[in-house]
Formats: sequence, structure tokens, C-alpha cells
Amino acid sequence: MIKVKNLTKKYGDNTAVNDISFTIEEGRIYGLLGPNGAGKSTTMNIITGCLAATSGTVLVDGKDIFENPIEAKKHIGYLPEIPPLYTDMTPAEYLEFVAEAKGVPFAKRAKQVKSAMEKTDLIPVADRLIQNLSKGYRQRVGIAQAMIGDPDVIILDEPTVGLDPKQIIEIRELVRSLAKIKTVIISSHILSEIAEVCDHVLIISGGRLVADESLASLEERAKRSNGLCIKARCDADTLVKTVKSAGDFEVVHVGNAGHGLCEGVVSAESDTMVSEKVFAAFAAAGIPVSELYFRESSLENIFLKLTESSIYGDDDAVAASDNGPDGEDGEGGDAEDGDANDENGGPEKESDDDYKPLFGSVGEEDR
Amino acid sequence: MEAIYKRELKSLFNGLTAWIYMGVMFVMCGIFTMANNLLSLYSQFEYVLSSLPLFLLVAVPILTMRSLSGEKRARTDQLLYSLPLKMSQIVIGKYFALVTVHAAVSLVMGFVPVILSLYGDVHFGSAYSALLGFFLLGCALIAVNLFLSSLITNQAAVCFAGIVAGFLLYLMSGLASLFPSTAGASLFAFVVLSVLAGLVLYFLTKNLLIGGGAALAGAAVSVVVFFVKKTAFEGLFPRIIEYLALFDRLNSFINGIFDITAVVYYITLIIFFVWLSVQSMDKKRWN
Repeated sequence: MIKVKNLTKKYGDNTAVNDISFTIEEGRIYGLLGPNGAGKSTTMNIITGCLAATSGTVLVDGKDIFENPIEAKKHIGYLPEIPPLYTDMTPAEYLEFVAEAKGVPFAKRAKQVKSAMEKTDLIPVADRLIQNLSKGYRQRVGIAQAMIGDPDVIILDEPTVGLDPKQIIEIRELVRSLAKIKTVIISSHILSEIAEVCDHVLIISGGRLVADESLASLEERAKRSNGLCIKARCDADTLVKTVKSAGDFEVVHVGNAGHGLCEGVVSAESDTMVSEKVFAAFAAAGIPVSELYFRESSLENIFLKLTESSIYGDDDAVAASDNGPDGEDGEGGDAEDGDANDENGGPEKESDDDYKPLFGSVGEEDR
Repeated sequence: MEAIYKRELKSLFNGLTAWIYMGVMFVMCGIFTMANNLLSLYSQFEYVLSSLPLFLLVAVPILTMRSLSGEKRARTDQLLYSLPLKMSQIVIGKYFALVTVHAAVSLVMGFVPVILSLYGDVHFGSAYSALLGFFLLGCALIAVNLFLSSLITNQAAVCFAGIVAGFLLYLMSGLASLFPSTAGASLFAFVVLSVLAGLVLYFLTKNLLIGGGAALAGAAVSVVVFFVKKTAFEGLFPRIIEYLALFDRLNSFINGIFDITAVVYYITLIIFFVWLSVQSMDKKRWN
């Protein structure tokens, strides 16, 4: 449906979007995920023809958005981050205007406006001025606007930002119902938001695409990076050797934890047998173990790692945690992600979020 | 285009702008009809029309200040960009909406000669050709102000720039007569203009190379032409300034001449500034 190829957007020396390529297929819900300032809105603005790209191509249903914008735009309904509403109009007038501007024939106009208003529950406020409507209703008017003209793809830029929890759930329901008949692309900096409704995730960080996979495979990836964390008083080589001596285990990460301690992560599912075997091996070797626990990786962790390590390339993104958090990456999304993480990190399983900064900051002191 | 036209017209009348514009023009038309025709016992409506352009200067910027800059402010420009419409359709739709308000004013003023004819002899031909001149002058001013509105985001700044630009155009013929007609003075003026154009380009593109390049190229061309063909420069700048004297073109209409060159002049100016507005809006996609 939409093919994006080598898309790059530069503002002077600042690269907002860096060589992004992906394909949007029909009938799915796509989530465009990334921290604030990662380039989500810029990407969406380019796909919808609001912004010109520095280089690269965007094909919408085979039509180039730069060469043949009129035809390409007919296939897209777009709700920008701030709903583009004329506040001196009523929703009914506004949608009528949008329908006419999108070239909906007169005979179909009233019907389309009515059905868009019904789907977004706007009938009760149809004749009130938009300037008097609440934020939730304004957002709905914006979504209704995107639905007008019966486009094949609906692109919503952060549709739930600034709404209360009830409204968020309502908008989510609306998006789900839209997805039954259309292709939908939603952007957000909150993973749980995307995980709720989308079946395919595109993660953007620092203007690069760091992940383009289905939600299921991302969850699978999260599962795979579960591991047994161990902190022991020895050097890295000894730690790896001792773990290997305990059985056929793979050490996915090893590093200095400071205070003469070495830290390692052993790839394993949560299984007491593994921890017992590892513990026994360390005990046999006479190495004091100061910590031993299972770390369960959540989607949030994967997201954080992907968006943090994007500057190192995406292949070793999951394993690249020894670089630690690189100071302030300007990730406004961190707060929300951290909160969500607290919920699934139990008391005995120390959450990855708490563990990493400690690790990173101690390491830096040693250097 | 019709959708944009209808919406713009509705918003002009939903707000105050169209009403202020019509109010100012009608009150002024009334006052001057009273003074020039009724009290002085003259039947020429042309005299009223010769006094009104000064008020167009202030009223047109108020009418047009929101048209394009307001879209940017309310973020509705993103809707316009994402609609399957050409930028020219959007800008022309808006331009026609503004012209409609001015046309309504001109149309109502068209009744004045009829009323005057009840009390004396009115030469309808010259009265209505003067009204046509007045209408075209307003349309040209609207185009100039529309362009300013596409450049500047702040509405008050758009309005102010529009009034300043209007006054400059109004005083243009006076300025032209002040300017020495020697070739050297023209050269100096062109070099200064090149530098100014370069500065404007620099602020638009934020690119030193384009701005500086344009300034240097303009200055270089002026100097080369000056040395190759000095006579061409004599009195050239005042002539060009005079060509920009938007308001003086109305005089021939007022004096009872239907000046076809002035009609062509106004229409050319309108097309040029509407085109510039389209370019300026399209350019914003790149920023």
C-alpha cells in the first residue's frame, strides 16, 4: 500500500530522518514507535505530503507522493499531532468542508459526513462550535476528518496524547474498529499504547528505523533476552569459564560491575535448575557470588534498548546494554516507560530498568 | 477550490474582518459623498473614489492579515497540505474570497451614482469606469497583502507590513520625482536593491550562499551594464519606481479615461502576487 524507500529529511545540518525504508501492507495496524523527537511526526508528514523530503521516495498505491501528489493524497487520511481544526466552525460544517475539499461528490457528501460522525460519536455535538468542544471531542473531529473521503490508509499522529484514561480507551476502541476496514498507522512514544492495538511495530530512534517487525516477534525477542544475572567476585574470563562448566549455557553479556565484582547475563528461561547449577559451579570453584537473579525482559526493555543503542547499529541492539544509557538522549518517553515497567517487575526479580543505570554509572566511575 | 473559497468567505464573515472592512469603506464612502457631492453640489462620483484609496491602505491589510498566516497559526495548514488539492487552488480560492468582500463593497457603491442621478446629471460611463478602477486597485492591494500574509506568521506583523507597503506604493510617484535621474544614481539604487534582495533571500532560505550569491550577482550585472551601456541607466530607476506606483493608475479613471493599460497593469500585478503567494506557500513544505 505504502512503500517508503531511503527516506531522508535534513533541517540544515540536523538530520531528522535518516535513510528510512519500510513497506505498509493492506489491512494491518501499524505502530510507529519512538522517543520524542525521534522523527515520527516528520516521517508521517512526509508520507502524507505535508513536508518535502531531502531524498528518497514514497509510493502510495504505486503513486509517488512527490511526483503525483494529488492522486497519492486521495488514498490517505491524516490526523496531524495537533488536530487541524477551524475552531469557528461546527463539526458538521467542518466535515462538510473537508469532504468537499477532498472531492467527495455532492450526492455522497452528506452520507459520508454522517457516517464519519456516527463512527466517532460526534452526533451529540454536531452543531456546537469546535472552539467550545473538549479535547477528546476535538480529537474525534480530527479522526473523523481523516476518515472522510474513504481513504485506504488512515494515519494518526499520537491520537491519544493529552486525553484522559477514559478517552484513551474510547479512541483505542475507535482505532480498532477503523482497522477492520482500513489500514491504520498510529504513532506514539508509549509502547503499551502500540502493544494494545497494533499488530506490526516500526521503531524509530534518532531518525533511524531500528525495528520493523510484528508485535509477536518483538514479544518473542523480549522472551529470548530473558536471562539469569550473576554478580561474582572474579574476572570476566573466570566468570564465563565457570558458567560454561555448569552446563551448556550461553553468556550473552559480561562486564565489570565495580567493587571488584564481575557481572554476567546467562541466556536462560526462568528455571530454578539453571540457577542451582550455576550456583553450584561457582561454589565448587570457590568464587563468592554476591547476586543471582532472573531478569525478565519486557517489551519496554526491548524498546528502551533499541532506542538507546540505535547509534551503534541495530544488529547487536539487544546485547549492547554494556554501553549503558548514554546520558540524556532527550527521551521524554522514559518516564512513562519506567512507570509501566514497575508494574511487571516483581520484588524478587529486580527490574531491568533499575539494574542498568547502576551498572552503567559504576562502570563510568571506574574509567 | 470552491470548498476553500466557501470556507474562507464564511470565516471572513464569522469573524470581524469582513465587517470592519465593509464598515470602514461604507462610512468613508458616505462621508465623502456627503462632502464632495451633496454639500458641494457636484454630481461626479469619481471625486469620492479619488479620496477612498487612502482608506484602502489600512482596510485591506486588516481584511487579509489572517488569510494565510492564520492557517499556520492554527496548524490548519497541515490539513491544507494533506488535501488532494494543488497549492494554487488553495491560494486562488482564498484570494477570490477576499476579492468577493471587496466586490460586495464596490457593488454597493455602484448605487451611489444612481442615487445622485435623481438630483442632477450624472455621467454614468465615467462614474462606473472609475468604480472599476477602484475595484481593480483593491484587488491588486489584496494580492500584495495576500503575499505578505504567506510570508509572515504573526498576524499583527502582517497587518503592519501591509500598511507600510501600501504607504510606500502610495508615495511611490512622489519618491520617483525626488530621485535624481543620473545614471550613477540608478546604479547606486540597483546595487542597494541587490543587497536588499540578497538579505531577503538569506532570511527566507537561511542559506548564506544563495543570499550572498544573489546580492553579488545582482550588483555585478548592474555594474557591467552600467559600463557597457551607460545611457540605459539614465532615469531608469525613477521610471521603474513609477511603474510600481499602484495608486496613480487610478487617476486616469478618475479623470474620465477608461485606461486599458491600467487594467492590464492591475491584472498583471494580481497574477504576479498570487503566483508569488503560491510559491511562498509551496516553499514552506521544505522548511
